Amino acid sequence: MKQEYIISAYSENHIGLLNRITIIFTRRKVNIESLTVSESALAGISKFTIVVNEEKEKVVNIVRQIEKQIEVLKAFYHTNDEMIFQEIALYKVPTQALMESDQIEKMIRLHNARILEITKEYTVIEKTGHKEETQALFNGLNQFGVLQFIRSGRIAITRSPIERLSEFLRERDSLFAKMEAKIK
Amino acid sequence: MTTKNEKIKNSPKEAIEMSGSEAMVRSLVAEGVDTIFGYPGGAIMPIYDALYDFGHAVKHVLVRHEQGAVHAAQGYARVSGKVGVCFATSGPGATNLITGIADAMIDSTPIVCITGQVTSGLLGTDAFQESDVIGISMPVTKWNYQITSADEIPDAIAKAFYIASTGRPGPVLLDITKDAQFAKLNFAYKKCTRIRSYVPEFPTNKVHLKNAADLINSAKKPYLLFGQGILLSGAEKELRHFIEKTGIPAASTLLGISALDSDHPLNMGMLGMHGNYAPNIKTNECDVLIAIGMRFDDRVTGNIKTYAKQAKVIHIEIDPAEIDKNIKTEVAILGDAKHTLRLLTTLVEERQHTDWVNEFLQARQKEEEKVIIKDLHPTKLGLTMGEVVRLSTNLTGNMAVVVTDVGQNQMAAARYARFNQSRSWVTSGGLGTMGFGLPAAIGAKFGSPEKEVILFVGDGGIQMTIQELGTIAQEKLPVKIVILNNDFLGMVRQWQELFFEKRYSFTEITSPNFVKLADAYGIPAAVVSERKDLEPAMKAMIAAKGPYLLEVKIEQEDNIFPMIPAGATVSNCLLGSDEL
Repeated sequence: MKQEYIISAYSENHIGLLNRITIIFTRRKVNIESLTVSESALAGISKFTIVVNEEKEKVVNIVRQIEKQIEVLKAFYHTNDEMIFQEIALYKVPTQALMESDQIEKMIRLHNARILEITKEYTVIEKTGHKEETQALFNGLNQFGVLQFIRSGRIAITRSPIERLSEFLRERDSLFAKMEAKIK
Repeated sequence: MTTKNEKIKNSPKEAIEMSGSEAMVRSLVAEGVDTIFGYPGGAIMPIYDALYDFGHAVKHVLVRHEQGAVHAAQGYARVSGKVGVCFATSGPGATNLITGIADAMIDSTPIVCITGQVTSGLLGTDAFQESDVIGISMPVTKWNYQITSADEIPDAIAKAFYIASTGRPGPVLLDITKDAQFAKLNFAYKKCTRIRSYVPEFPTNKVHLKNAADLINSAKKPYLLFGQGILLSGAEKELRHFIEKTGIPAASTLLGISALDSDHPLNMGMLGMHGNYAPNIKTNECDVLIAIGMRFDDRVTGNIKTYAKQAKVIHIEIDPAEIDKNIKTEVAILGDAKHTLRLLTTLVEERQHTDWVNEFLQARQKEEEKVIIKDLHPTKLGLTMGEVVRLSTNLTGNMAVVVTDVGQNQMAAARYARFNQSRSWVTSGGLGTMGFGLPAAIGAKFGSPEKEVILFVGDGGIQMTIQELGTIAQEKLPVKIVILNNDFLGMVRQWQELFFEKRYSFTEITSPNFVKLADAYGIPAAVVSERKDLEPAMKAMIAAKGPYLLEVKIEQEDNIFPMIPAGATVSNCLLGSDEL
């Protein structure tokens, strides 16, 4: 059964690695619903957050292929309910519409959105939330004509108390130490 | 030059200023490289210039096409166990390597390919002979990297060799811009021993090991499948000890051939679409299936929905991504085959599975009567591929390195060549690359100069890389080439006969006069078409001190059996077209 999975991969910050990771999906004809890459809490280590709608078996296979890449430290996969996640959306609406009625203002309050910039021509509104939430605000605002709209890729964090990567790096250090001791 | 050499010899730790090109060559020498297959061109000229001074340390083999260089590097790696190395220039030189790199990737062959690249300032400008070889090779390399500054060279080479040769081996490509080749650096070489994000092999999980041993000890009909992992980890002896202690019959994948002597009483032969009858059908009768260093390729499993469903599967494998990829396992042991087998052998009990082994032998007898006798002792006029292969193997006492191309010639060689030495079988498995054979044979000869190297190649495949006869001629390389000529693209024709109502769509192929062609290259050659001439001709070929080409005209429309039709179950292993 297909469902949404969040794949998180930690890697060295190297040129070309994004390409190496995305071709793993392309080759299996799996569509990436959203993708975010940024530096993790550990300096020099990048974190990929990739959302796919797929069968579990395929996701497991993809995660293993990601981990097989030389510069990838570790990859995980989670279902949505195992993670806390957010997306951010920006909406540009005509300022005129804001002036003519209080409906947009009410919508902003109701959706916990905020205004980032107002000019004579347009107003930029920001909203964070799940896709359904940012979409709901879009549908509301679009009655007045949304001039531009953009939604970010997903960012996500696990519900466990510690960053799993630091735990993992500690394990790996001891693994290397053990293996090197064996060689000596 | 001499003073610098002495300086390097006397104080290897001390950094010395030199060009990136020289550092490149010195790094290769430091990695123990003694042979490079390559083809020069504009963007790699500085490296070739540096190589000019290293003739004493490194043999460079000039091929006739870059595909020849990469296949030769593969052949060299497969027989020697060392990393194969090839050079090519930017643009077309680099793109011509891709087939061989893909072949090495799917067949886990350790090679390092070094390509020249346009000057870094020109990257991305569509400069002359610029191609994005990093992008192009990404899906088919274990690792690749573009060097744009000379300082990076020693570390990049060290990493390349470490990655190519450890864990599950594979191809690495380094792309070096021309300015990095010219620029100076302070050279000091240090081998790579660790990369934080890369674990070549995991330590053995003792619990899994124990679980596997328990399964094996309680099995009534255990069966062992081995692949190239045995050869790659040097576990030939460990495999033999394990099966001899447990009495378990074993069969190899196409790439596992030569890891266990052909005439070992527990070697049941080869698995797969054109493998032996017993190894295939017994897969669906065993109760415990032990798979070592193999990846359950679809040519081995047939339909996975009906593959070994009755058996508990133990998978011993170095690559975590292979576990449960195709076949679900009961117990998976991650790690190197040699180490794992050594540990596992101490935990298993001594057994003999005489009745079970006899079942294999009975099934073998069936294949013997329906297929093998016809292939090896034909009563018809035309020569068979099987009799040609078996004769060569008899005349060399099973000691030759056998190289093949792809298709019927490959399957006949896999079925009828016999082996007493490991790493004496070179073939293109996963990718099935026609044109692989001739250049791979060149590499195999450089990798094992003391052994006889015999290539079996079809009339189709040889014409894909026939230009490498020039390389053989230039090197006076004693490679023995046997062309099995049936005037057809034989394997495709066989499928057309069996599955496309004999509609021979574009599989008839004409060939040049191979003897005249060889003669043009100065390579001695002969052609035989009658049985009585075969043995003397083969003896003359083997006796030849230099290269030799023997064309054998064989029966035109022979088929390779047994055969498991594509997508069928392994139990449906056909012994002849009458069973279709």
